[in-house]
Amino acid sequence: MAIIKVEHLVKKFDNLSAVNNISFEVEEGTIFGFLGPNGAGKTTTINILCTLLSPTSGWTFIAGHDCMKEPAEVRKSIGIVFQDTTLDKDLTAYENLIFHAYLYNVPKNERQERVCDVLKFVDLFDRKDDLVKKFSGGMKRRLEVARGLIHRPRVLFLDEPTLGLDPQSRANLWEFIKELPGKHHVTIFMTTHYMEEAEVCDRIAIIDNGKIIAMGSPAELKMTVGGDIVYIRTTDNVKTKEEIKRLFGFDVSEKGEELYLTCVMGDTCIPEMIRTIGEGVLSVRLQRPTLNDVFLKLTGKAIREEEASEGDNVKEYVRAHRRRH
Amino acid sequence: MEFNAIYVIVAREFKKFIRERSRLISTIARPLLWLFIVGAGMSRLVSPNTGVPYIQFIFPGILGMTILFSSIFSSISIIWDKEFGFMKEILVAPVSRFSIVIGKALSGTVISTIQAIIILALFPFIGFKLGIFQIIEVILICTALSFSISAFGIVLATFYESYESFSVIMNFIIMPMFFLSGAMYPVKLLPDILKLISKLNPLTYGIDAMKHVIFKFETGPMSPDFSYIIDVAVIIGTSIIFVIVAGKLFERKK
Repeated sequence: MAIIKVEHLVKKFDNLSAVNNISFEVEEGTIFGFLGPNGAGKTTTINILCTLLSPTSGWTFIAGHDCMKEPAEVRKSIGIVFQDTTLDKDLTAYENLIFHAYLYNVPKNERQERVCDVLKFVDLFDRKDDLVKKFSGGMKRRLEVARGLIHRPRVLFLDEPTLGLDPQSRANLWEFIKELPGKHHVTIFMTTHYMEEAEVCDRIAIIDNGKIIAMGSPAELKMTVGGDIVYIRTTDNVKTKEEIKRLFGFDVSEKGEELYLTCVMGDTCIPEMIRTIGEGVLSVRLQRPTLNDVFLKLTGKAIREEEASEGDNVKEYVRAHRRRH
Repeated sequence: MEFNAIYVIVAREFKKFIRERSRLISTIARPLLWLFIVGAGMSRLVSPNTGVPYIQFIFPGILGMTILFSSIFSSISIIWDKEFGFMKEILVAPVSRFSIVIGKALSGTVISTIQAIIILALFPFIGFKLGIFQIIEVILICTALSFSISAFGIVLATFYESYESFSVIMNFIIMPMFFLSGAMYPVKLLPDILKLISKLNPLTYGIDAMKHVIFKFETGPMSPDFSYIIDVAVIIGTSIIFVIVAGKLFERKK
């Protein structure tokens, strides 16, 4: 069953289209990723889905409720971890969570138990009476995820959950996010501009300039690049090149001391090639395509390049626009 | 009504208020300075045959000042909440905007009333003899006035996104509201234009109501400026209007 449904969603800030006619569905119990450079429209989409922003046109439904017409129902079914922390730093971890429990009308006799449960789940139970301002970035993020789970939402939004975290906390957070659908019966909708992080998703939508340019599982998307790249170094590169071309029909190119070629099933291709070429092989390595290659192929640019250019303009624009209200 | 949500919004503000000793000390210190320094100094200047000694005259005004500062500060903490993101946590919750506004207004009410009671407890030191019913009546007025001013503060806070605007609010709203509230001088003695502005100021009526209770039988120039009924009606009326306006402004989506 599709728990999130988005149809022809458009959001314009004056003449600037932050989201430009996107449609997609997310299946219940899966991890869905929105992947794209900063300013591609990811956060704007989340803000519309969680009822903070109204769309210019289009429809959005969560758990069967219209985000525009039934915001209260939608809010009950979602939990959110925003890009920037939304904890009260002057309260303790426990107080922040209990606040949330009251706000979401968790029954009186369950409040304490649920708060303690999620604190244990994110490994922060020992620190529950410490003020949040003493917490590290990773701890705060974990606490926010915990908070988002207290009211047992059906969808948990994670907007760039690992932004600003060190590599170790990032890895820990992912381990823990992966367990969420199974342990808490929740669907995850996340955004990221880190390609490696999108690998945990069941399905990914690649978004650029407010449009979805590709959608599918990580494996499917990588297939679109054309397969794996095999690098070979031999004693006689010229002769090998000829041979591979003749026997396997691959286009072989040269880069430094290595030859390389693209093939769909690199891992089964290699043994065959070595058997045929014989003794001259010095080294072989296989490179799997990454989502970065997918993005590169689709847009002609690497995802990081955009960060300082167009993306920031949109952000600046949105900020300026907000200030006027 | 979402009582759990309203309760927890008030509980949070109260907890933070108790923890921030410096905030408590500074909000108590300001009225004390005005009362005992400005009040004592001006007493020498104002003729004693106006009926009420000046230091006694400004006492209701100082209570009003305590409420004004404390309520507005409490409400514009919403701007802090916006800047540090906590407001988003509240806004995405399944809680009506109206309940959020009521919760915030009650937070300001609780905190301001506590401070006003602390200042009120000083009355014997400036030569007042107040009966228990007078004290209760003043506290009730303080509570209602705190609610009205807190709700007004929320309306203000909805117009600002960052704390940079704080000095603007301080200099162009809070200070004029204080000076044109009948706190320092009777409204009836002001020039026409200032009299008009004072009449548009909700704080004026709160202070006037307290004057009715504290200077019961006074008839001279220092006596209250409006009738008690009008005072009470304005306090209650503005409370309702400000809460509704604040609720509407909160409802707005971009």
